[in-house]
Amino acid sequence: MSSYEARFKVWRGDAQGGDLEDFKVEVNDGEVVLDIIHRLQATQAPDLAVRWNCKAGKCGSCSAEINGRPRLMCMTRMSVFERDETITVTPLRAFPVVRDLVTDVGFNYQKAREIPSFVPPEGLGPGDYRMFQEDVDRPQEFRKCIECFLCQDTCHVVRDHEENKQAFAGPRFLMRVAELDMHPLDAAEETGLDRGRTAQDEHGLGYCNITKCCTEVCPEGIRITDNALIPLKERAVDRKYDPLVWLGNKIRRRS
Amino acid sequence: MSVVDRQEWDVVVVGAGGAGLRAAIEARERGARTAVICKSLFGKAHTVMAEGGIAAAMANVNEHDDWRVHFRDTMRGGKFLNQWRMAELHAQEAPDRVWELETWGALFDRTKDGRISQRNFGGHEYPRLAHVGDRTGLELIRTLQQKIVALQQEDHRETGDYESRLKVFQECTVTRVLKTAPDSGSAAGNRVSGVFAYDRESGRFFVLEAPAVVIATGGIGKSFKVTSNSWEYTGDGHALALLAGAPLLNMEFVQFHPTGMVWPPSVKGILVTESVRGDGGVLRNSEGKRFMFDYVPDVFKEKYAQSEDEADRWYEDPDNNRRPPELLPRDEVARAINAEVKAGRGSPHGGVFLDVSTRMPAEVIKRRLPSMYHQFKELADVDITAEAMEVGPTCHYVMGGIAVDSDTAAARGVPGLYAAGEVAGGMHGSNRLGGNSLSDLLVFGRRAGWHAAEYAAGLAHERPAVDDVQVDAAAAEALRPFSAEVEEPTEAPPENPYTLHQELQQTMNDLVGIIRRESEMAQALKKLAELRVRARRAGVEGHRQFNPGWHLALDLRNMLLVSECVSRAALERTESRGGHTREDHPSMDRAWRNVNLLCRLTDPTGGLAATDPAHGQITLTRETTDPIRPDLLALFEKEELVKYLAEEELYE
Amino acid sequence: MATGTEPQPVSGGVRTGTRAAIDAPHLRTDRWWLAPAATAAGLLAFVVYSTWRAFADADYYAAPYVSPFYSPCLAERCEPMRAGPNWEIFGGWWGISPAIIILIFPLGFRLTCYYYRKAYYRGFWASPPACAVAEPHKKYTGETRFPLILQNIHRYFFYAAILVAGILTYDTVLAFRDEHYAWGHMGLGTLVFLVNIVLIWAYTLSCHSCRHIVGGKLRHFSKHPVRYRMWQWVGKLNARHMQLAWASLLSVALADFYVYLVASGVFDDPRFF
Repeated sequence: MSSYEARFKVWRGDAQGGDLEDFKVEVNDGEVVLDIIHRLQATQAPDLAVRWNCKAGKCGSCSAEINGRPRLMCMTRMSVFERDETITVTPLRAFPVVRDLVTDVGFNYQKAREIPSFVPPEGLGPGDYRMFQEDVDRPQEFRKCIECFLCQDTCHVVRDHEENKQAFAGPRFLMRVAELDMHPLDAAEETGLDRGRTAQDEHGLGYCNITKCCTEVCPEGIRITDNALIPLKERAVDRKYDPLVWLGNKIRRRS
Repeated sequence: MSVVDRQEWDVVVVGAGGAGLRAAIEARERGARTAVICKSLFGKAHTVMAEGGIAAAMANVNEHDDWRVHFRDTMRGGKFLNQWRMAELHAQEAPDRVWELETWGALFDRTKDGRISQRNFGGHEYPRLAHVGDRTGLELIRTLQQKIVALQQEDHRETGDYESRLKVFQECTVTRVLKTAPDSGSAAGNRVSGVFAYDRESGRFFVLEAPAVVIATGGIGKSFKVTSNSWEYTGDGHALALLAGAPLLNMEFVQFHPTGMVWPPSVKGILVTESVRGDGGVLRNSEGKRFMFDYVPDVFKEKYAQSEDEADRWYEDPDNNRRPPELLPRDEVARAINAEVKAGRGSPHGGVFLDVSTRMPAEVIKRRLPSMYHQFKELADVDITAEAMEVGPTCHYVMGGIAVDSDTAAARGVPGLYAAGEVAGGMHGSNRLGGNSLSDLLVFGRRAGWHAAEYAAGLAHERPAVDDVQVDAAAAEALRPFSAEVEEPTEAPPENPYTLHQELQQTMNDLVGIIRRESEMAQALKKLAELRVRARRAGVEGHRQFNPGWHLALDLRNMLLVSECVSRAALERTESRGGHTREDHPSMDRAWRNVNLLCRLTDPTGGLAATDPAHGQITLTRETTDPIRPDLLALFEKEELVKYLAEEELYE
Repeated sequence: MATGTEPQPVSGGVRTGTRAAIDAPHLRTDRWWLAPAATAAGLLAFVVYSTWRAFADADYYAAPYVSPFYSPCLAERCEPMRAGPNWEIFGGWWGISPAIIILIFPLGFRLTCYYYRKAYYRGFWASPPACAVAEPHKKYTGETRFPLILQNIHRYFFYAAILVAGILTYDTVLAFRDEHYAWGHMGLGTLVFLVNIVLIWAYTLSCHSCRHIVGGKLRHFSKHPVRYRMWQWVGKLNARHMQLAWASLLSVALADFYVYLVASGVFDDPRFF
């Protein structure tokens, strides 16, 4: 096993201000960035604030930006860097900073609440649900989401434009709309809720210009843009812009 | 002092994992204003780590399954030490709890006819685990989280406030369960009156006043070095209950999951799901031998295959073949791996080989075990479709926990205190079957929420008053790490909490680990006493705002308490059973079958002064369990019962 | 931290307000600018080439090949192509290159295509230039209002693109003649046309709108097994939409260039049989 000393720059500070601080720290075989942050805590900076939990890429807590790219610290192996490279770790830059690597991700919880929940179908009791694998495959992909909020962080709509946070739910929560709209038994329609339409009218789907950064950063490899956002846009088109659908509806209404 | 922020709630749930959220949903639906407190962000609880599935006898895949079979498997797995009434309730109610999740939006993998698919797992006679690939825990937590949001949306429509009836205090830690003042009269004394907590982000203290508190904080794995558990698992709930005067039950039973990653070092201990074996993975030693055939204990001889051929046939035709020994209960497999490594037949990094690559096509592996594929690829640079994994035992789960009433989940001796999930003891006996934890969370989470709400409603007009003295004491205790230097200026410099934690983990791992010896455990108790003294000097730098050093210093108290419980109980129980293996007492002793060990705080005032290793902070008592109800005993063959039960129990 | 932290309605990006105080607009150390620069260069090259060819109004027909830029040819001024796609719908008043009439459709299809949108938003408009690299714009409203809300008419163009692809298929069939319109022959140009039409179809069918129409819009695949299979098939193509977009862009330009070379007499179409 070989170990070496790596150079790190870690952002330290809080809402009042802060700066990148230099560290030299030991790195061993097979370690990930989070291990190094922990080593800093244990040896050089005991009050270095960082969120983490499972350390296996399953909980989505240790989101940060490493050399400027949004990533999970626990899934970023040190071996992807050159040994003489200085590795910069900063908090997520789309959200208000709390302290050091910890940010206030309340925006996401706010948005989660604004998406109407699953509507259970009337007349089907627990145990009576019948769904087929080919029908649940699509929403299941979206339910792999570990809510690390890297997609929300990287999305330029809110990252570069704070003012859009009011109107735009962000990729994670538009994907949630898509998930429910594709759920084989969701009964929102029966209650008069058109999820496809609300995606555009209420959750800011139009802000998305499908530049795919959300898909690029997703640690779960969910194809957010191709499988959730674009299908949602297409569903909005169904409602509002498609000439044939419009014509079809006209004719059907007549007859 | 005591100018801390106070709020009134009906039920406070500590912990937002599966059990906590299920309890909160139930309490809120029964009309209680409910607060949930959790150390991490909402939705990040350790439950997400559960991979395999939720055990419930729905009989979707094998029609012969029903709750009785599930009950039987659970009792066998726990070596008959289970609190049988819990095992019964659990087996009966688990299917309803799973089906209910579907009405909240959960999407399990499906059978051909559109029902919930169920998979095989160690110790379960039939395919029984409802699952979603290998991320069932994530599905569970997300579904419960989204149900909570749905309830909040309902409240928002009615009251204009999302948090009027159900609020999640995320990134907050409870350090004390508060009770009524001891002198406030016999009836009202000794009741739960709320919790004392701090906000991790700001460091501010606050008190939630509530007549009922549900503890659902999970386990204790962070006291061990090699563990599949996250930082949160510091035994907070166990310690809170102890400090509030409730006893802990059978703390010696700690489950070491047989298959954790062993390399690279930084991920040592991270779980490799049992579904790898359920779906066809086999264990081999360095000689390429499927060694598990040599480790089938007598009590299981008739139930497991004797040859590789038969074992392989079982995957296709389970009705006419016996299951492969890789699917023995976890304690057996963990011990077998341990023995192979000790005998020098281990893998290069000190584990054994777990192989699916020669058993299934690469495509099938990627489809059925996506997150395992991912995990090994990303963390160890191993392609599990092409080569074998290296695995070894890792501390995974504590069967012991707060002693509770089976039906109501009420903690013994402290009115208003409830416990559910891993933090509660009894349900799993001496060893938990895979898949039974998620169903446990749901069944007893619901029961805890239900009875806590009912209890709180009964006290609506005479809410127990919070004792200011306790609030002040709790605040002083929480602030001590900042003044460690000032209080004891003469002696050694302040201790680094990280160093103390590492020493504690090493101690527990080496001395009270998977194989235990009397002398080592005695040594562990000495070391724990030393650490206890040093922990009082644990000092921290910086200020109260999101300061992990401070948080760890506070968690040390809990880990030390719980570690002492584990060590003391393990020293006392002179037999090997389930998650407790004594090298000096290698066999199961029927005389111990009906003995529970209870840990209580030696100093009932909740002080933590005791540093004498011989006495320490914990007092141990023995208790004889209730006899198993005859109709439940009748579910087993006599020949099988003889192996577990003492003579006199059999003929009663 | 409570769950209900309201986002503050201030404006600005990564360097403003309550975000971590870091001056750099980004901290990426890799060559993030390479992809958008290459995209921009590629698209620009095509724009320059196609503009020249579209307005050239010459060298677009060399029997039996018609340049895909000029097919169908809908004005009186078109070169006569026997049994070829020239229908004089626009009559004699159309004064400029007939390519302009028809190019609107494939151009519109590509301009509103979900892949090309990503490509030029990043490459030309720097919105964003690359992931986690701050964009230079003060305001951003995306595709919520005019003119970008018009991107939603992608589906109209998809329907048109199907027609255009149909006509190009017809052209390819016609390419199995020799220069005297005798059937059953094949030259190098036929091969170029074949490759081009395969790529055009693959690109057109891999379109996200197509994926949606054939099956994506359904809620229950289990009730529509045939459309489910089609959706899966289109999905597989769709995963390569970007590659197909570039390949077909290149092939259509090459097909046109080939016709140009033959028509302008640079060389004769090598005949196989």
